[in-house]
Amino acid sequence: MQRARRDQRTGSGLVAALLLLIAGAASAQDALPVRNCTWCHGSSAQGFMFAPRLAGQRTAYIERELASFAAHARDNPLSQKYMWGAVARLDPATAQGLAVYFSSLAPEAAADGQSGLAATGKAIYDNGVAVDNVAACIACHGPNGEGVRDIPRLGGLSYVYLKRRLEQWNQGYHQSAKPMPLVAKSLSANEVEALASYLSFVQFVDVGR
Amino acid sequence: MRLPRAKTVSRAALFVLLCGAGAQAQGGKPGALPDKEFQAKFAYCRTCHGVNAQGFRGSFPMPRLAGQQPEYLKNQLTAFIERRRVNPVMGNVAHVLSPAMVEALTKAFHNLDPEPLGGAPKELVDAGKKIFEEGDPAVDLPPCASCHGPEAKGNDQIPRLAGQLNDYIIRKITNWDKERGQDVAKPDASSVMEPITHKLTPDQLAAVAAYVSTLR
Repeated sequence: MQRARRDQRTGSGLVAALLLLIAGAASAQDALPVRNCTWCHGSSAQGFMFAPRLAGQRTAYIERELASFAAHARDNPLSQKYMWGAVARLDPATAQGLAVYFSSLAPEAAADGQSGLAATGKAIYDNGVAVDNVAACIACHGPNGEGVRDIPRLGGLSYVYLKRRLEQWNQGYHQSAKPMPLVAKSLSANEVEALASYLSFVQFVDVGR
Repeated sequence: MRLPRAKTVSRAALFVLLCGAGAQAQGGKPGALPDKEFQAKFAYCRTCHGVNAQGFRGSFPMPRLAGQQPEYLKNQLTAFIERRRVNPVMGNVAHVLSPAMVEALTKAFHNLDPEPLGGAPKELVDAGKKIFEEGDPAVDLPPCASCHGPEAKGNDQIPRLAGQLNDYIIRKITNWDKERGQDVAKPDASSVMEPITHKLTPDQLAAVAAYVSTLR
């Protein structure tokens, strides 16, 4: 009799613990304001128009960029208009949670560049153009545009976004993102077209987050 | 009648003086290298090698050039061009450098003295110092200090190791046979290092790389 009661107690305790676990997991996900991001970045975070893909982006890079919006260091017009407000009340723990969440999603290549320019873009990406002081992107961003630590993944980002980002460095925005302002300055308009086109077609290579 | 003549002489003197000043303004670089061109190239190198040439960790560790021996840098740049040293990026970079540019760049890098980049495991430093200073007599591993100098500053074609990125050193030593001395018909200074790269165990290499990376 006593034993049965004890079993019953243990059983209900187990159920309660399980319920707590499930509730805990659910609330952790609910607590992340993912939908605030996906309004613009796409419901599966694959990017939409000028809002870049976040899926598969590097955790440390997302965290750093969120901080740079908060510090108003990333200051191009759309960042000012949308991202400054979006991160204004974002606490570090939530920022980290979002970075971990988005970096865990499998990215798809935007493939929206001009395919005819891809070979030229790859040549610039892999080798640079030494005579014009164009550095080889591969040295920092890796053989498949996968990035490393807080150096962003570029492979498969949209042509529209990549082109705009390189142009904005030349227009004087986000100059703290060294050495990219200098790199952007060395690129001709045609080289920007080619690089952004090439990268938009690069397929996801999983090298961890 | 004497006045115009004196004027001509002083004009000539002024001309000579101005030319002299012009040459001085170029920092004594040979081959009339425009300063703007030099500054652009110098900044380009530091895109990858770090703002102060202290080295930078991108997808690959890119070596510190600050304080490096000019003769070593010259030899390596030539080795990239002649494919004695294999590196896809640096082959292209080196190919377009004029002798005057190489001269100016190597001098400029030698004169930089930033803090070491750091990042090596500290617990290996003591063991590394011992290997650097004493070698490993049991296997005839010479002390690194005997060629690279007691402060790891290098000399002539022997590179400075002080402040070098530990992960860069580990990669280079590990891949020595595949990257250095690739033209059998034209053996170079890399052959001196080759047997030593084979003697260093991975643990010894990690330790000595950690040690020299902390030196300034």
